[in-house]
Amino acid sequence: MPAATRPPSLPELFAGFLGIGLSGFGGVLPFARRSLVERRRWLSEREFTELLGLAQTLPGPNIVNLSLALGDRWHGVPGALAAALGLLLAPLAIVIGLGMVYVHYGQLPLVHDGFAGIAAAAAGLLLATGLKMARAQPRSPVAVALGLLAFAGAGPIGWPLYAVLLALAPAGVAWAWRRAAGARP
Amino acid sequence: MTGFLLQLMLLSLLAVGGINALMPELHRQVVEVNGWLSSAQFTDLFALAQAAPGPNILVVPLLGWYVGGLLGALGALLALCGPSSVLALFAARGWQRLGASRGRDAIRDGLAPVTIGLVLASGYVIARLVDQGWGAAAITAGATALALGTRLNPLWLIAGGAALGLAGLA
Repeated sequence: MPAATRPPSLPELFAGFLGIGLSGFGGVLPFARRSLVERRRWLSEREFTELLGLAQTLPGPNIVNLSLALGDRWHGVPGALAAALGLLLAPLAIVIGLGMVYVHYGQLPLVHDGFAGIAAAAAGLLLATGLKMARAQPRSPVAVALGLLAFAGAGPIGWPLYAVLLALAPAGVAWAWRRAAGARP
Repeated sequence: MTGFLLQLMLLSLLAVGGINALMPELHRQVVEVNGWLSSAQFTDLFALAQAAPGPNILVVPLLGWYVGGLLGALGALLALCGPSSVLALFAARGWQRLGASRGRDAIRDGLAPVTIGLVLASGYVIARLVDQGWGAAAITAGATALALGTRLNPLWLIAGGAALGLAGLA
């Protein structure tokens, strides 16, 4: 599906990402793709995949990175801010409103029971997300070892994140660099 | 609180797997190091952010709000998004010019397995916190299987977890 030729205005950007933020239950990404590619046609499918790849490579919240990069492409820094604020402000207000309700009623056993069930399901969603990502990776003993070490370090062993990353990220990049050299003689 | 915000700014630049990879570190900071929340409160707020619409990074400003009010929420959001956002803007502009390159591919491909391990570690840490009994563990296992094997909207799994929890099964 081709992307539209006219770039969205600042208010349109804000409104577009406002809609994405408010519809994103349990992960915003599927809603972002539907809105940006299928409904508004601000991006082609290929552009979206490339932009997402960039957003995922960079540190920080993926969907915020994506909104920033997209807004910046059309309107510079004001566009980036319009997209990111559109994405974040309304859900922020909602989650704090729910937090206020929690402070008042969080002691009720029923509330705690409900949250315990939600958190148990959400833990499953996280595990499934990681397993889906792993499934999409090419099979390689080194990659599996890196993944297992990262899992063990940050999970059961409980090392700080920066220690795990300092140890494993350079090793991973060096491995990928050398592998690419082998693939391109 | 200032120390926590500085930690968040550092985490912002370390969060290569997105916010999902940060949950073990967040728990370590606010529960174990600072003792601002109990583990139960931490998982409650995590669940609350999951049940609300919006990006899942909102658990961070929610924690900030719980500890330091509205300023805590805005401070936490800015600290978490600020450094990575500045980097993202520069990188997005450079990326367009750079095109495909071996260094770019090596960074992406080399970080991928580490990122995946960190996301799985987050799932493990949350599961260990919330799955105090067989019921909750079964909910986690069921949600994992359904999310892997079907194209069900995640909202149904969250709603199902809430219903089973309310029925006293979690």
